Amino acid sequence: MTASGNPPHVGAPMSIDHRLSMDELAAVIARDIPAGAFVNLGIGQPTKIADHLPIGSGVVLHTENGMLNMGPKAEGDAVDPDLTNAGKVPVTELPGSAYFHQADSFAMMRGGHLDICVLGAYQVAFNGDLANWHTGRPDDVPAVGGAMDLAIGAKDVYVMMPLLTRSGEAKLVARCTYPLTGVGCVSRVYTDHGVFDVGPEGIRIRETYGVGASELAERLDIALCDAPLHD
Amino acid sequence: MSRAEIVGSTDAAVSGIEDGATVLVGGFGLAGMPFDLIEALIRQGAKDLTIVSNNAGNGDVGLAALLAAGQVRKVLCSFPRQADSWVFDGLYRAGRIELEVVPQGNLAERMRAAGAGIGAFYCPTAVGTPLAEGKEEREIDGRKYLLEYPIKGDYALIGAHRADTLGNLTYRKTARNFGPVMATAATTTIVQVDEVVEAGKLAPEAVVTPSIYVDRVVQVQTRRYTVQGAR
Repeated sequence: MTASGNPPHVGAPMSIDHRLSMDELAAVIARDIPAGAFVNLGIGQPTKIADHLPIGSGVVLHTENGMLNMGPKAEGDAVDPDLTNAGKVPVTELPGSAYFHQADSFAMMRGGHLDICVLGAYQVAFNGDLANWHTGRPDDVPAVGGAMDLAIGAKDVYVMMPLLTRSGEAKLVARCTYPLTGVGCVSRVYTDHGVFDVGPEGIRIRETYGVGASELAERLDIALCDAPLHD
Repeated sequence: MSRAEIVGSTDAAVSGIEDGATVLVGGFGLAGMPFDLIEALIRQGAKDLTIVSNNAGNGDVGLAALLAAGQVRKVLCSFPRQADSWVFDGLYRAGRIELEVVPQGNLAERMRAAGAGIGAFYCPTAVGTPLAEGKEEREIDGRKYLLEYPIKGDYALIGAHRADTLGNLTYRKTARNFGPVMATAATTTIVQVDEVVEAGKLAPEAVVTPSIYVDRVVQVQTRRYTVQGAR
């Protein structure tokens, strides 16, 4: 992942004085992706991260419908219906793009070749359990796509989500109540209120936005593994 | 049948597909979907079909039109729920179609296994989730896996870019998706292409699906759709 020769990013803990918009959060995640990493960005909010990767970052985007080094969204005449991302949005090639079939695409995940995936979520539990594919409501059509394969396949699974539901309940929970996508698979959670590292010893606050670490910890119904990094 | 047959019409290409057959249908969304073969299958009228495909139809064309024609009993797919999957949604909510949701990577690998003569395999995807229900779990080197069985098709309908007169295939961009895997996994593989060229005109290094997997080829007028509708 340092083959490009770029200096590795130093993810120094920091505090921002306001809650982040999803665009700002996408920029924070883009900042934390190491140069030269192979990365899959999930459908929805995580797609925004691509807009914040600096030119020359050397990050290679994987799209599970069968492409490496995916380029930006296609506009106008560049739209080619045979070239889409996993959200079926027309995209473009970059120099060094490669196409492959579905079994190869998912072998890349399960085989441990993909460095990072960033997924949206309904809930993440303190032990890294992920729920992001099904609300569990009986009238909902279940749809999993590549989420379960990504969750257990990428070396690091990052989640990007608002910390709270619309009704104000934390989505970082002691135990997921939504159907699981993967067990113990999430390593970091990026939210509008702060970033959390998830590890064998528990959850640790990494950064906070518009809230002190102690206050943030109090809002969650889970025990954090040690003293907050800063306040 | 040994050597692939180049047939003159899509109706000839889909002849003989029986009621109750399992049909693998290529495409990711509309990219790579064999629209003309599906329309021929609608005219042909085989019913009680089991369809294996990544999605369950987009808009009113292709697979969605086959579902609307009432010819499908069951769909195995990874991602039926989309903004433009109203045909499937209606049938599903009315209880008129069965759904089996399969993680995308398992869908691909189970077909790959069928095509490669693998009896079953252990895969870490979906361990600890609702989709693990009823599957044998085994721990290998400290990691948990589920036993997955092959998915074999009676027929595969796929869209490729070019075929030569022997049946070797090339694809275009991400329209490749499930084509190469499905071509191996069906008893009879039926392919629509934009162009049939003489044997020798495809660079052997560029062939993605070798002719041994292909049974019938038909050349059709090129038309491509974006997910949001006809273009």
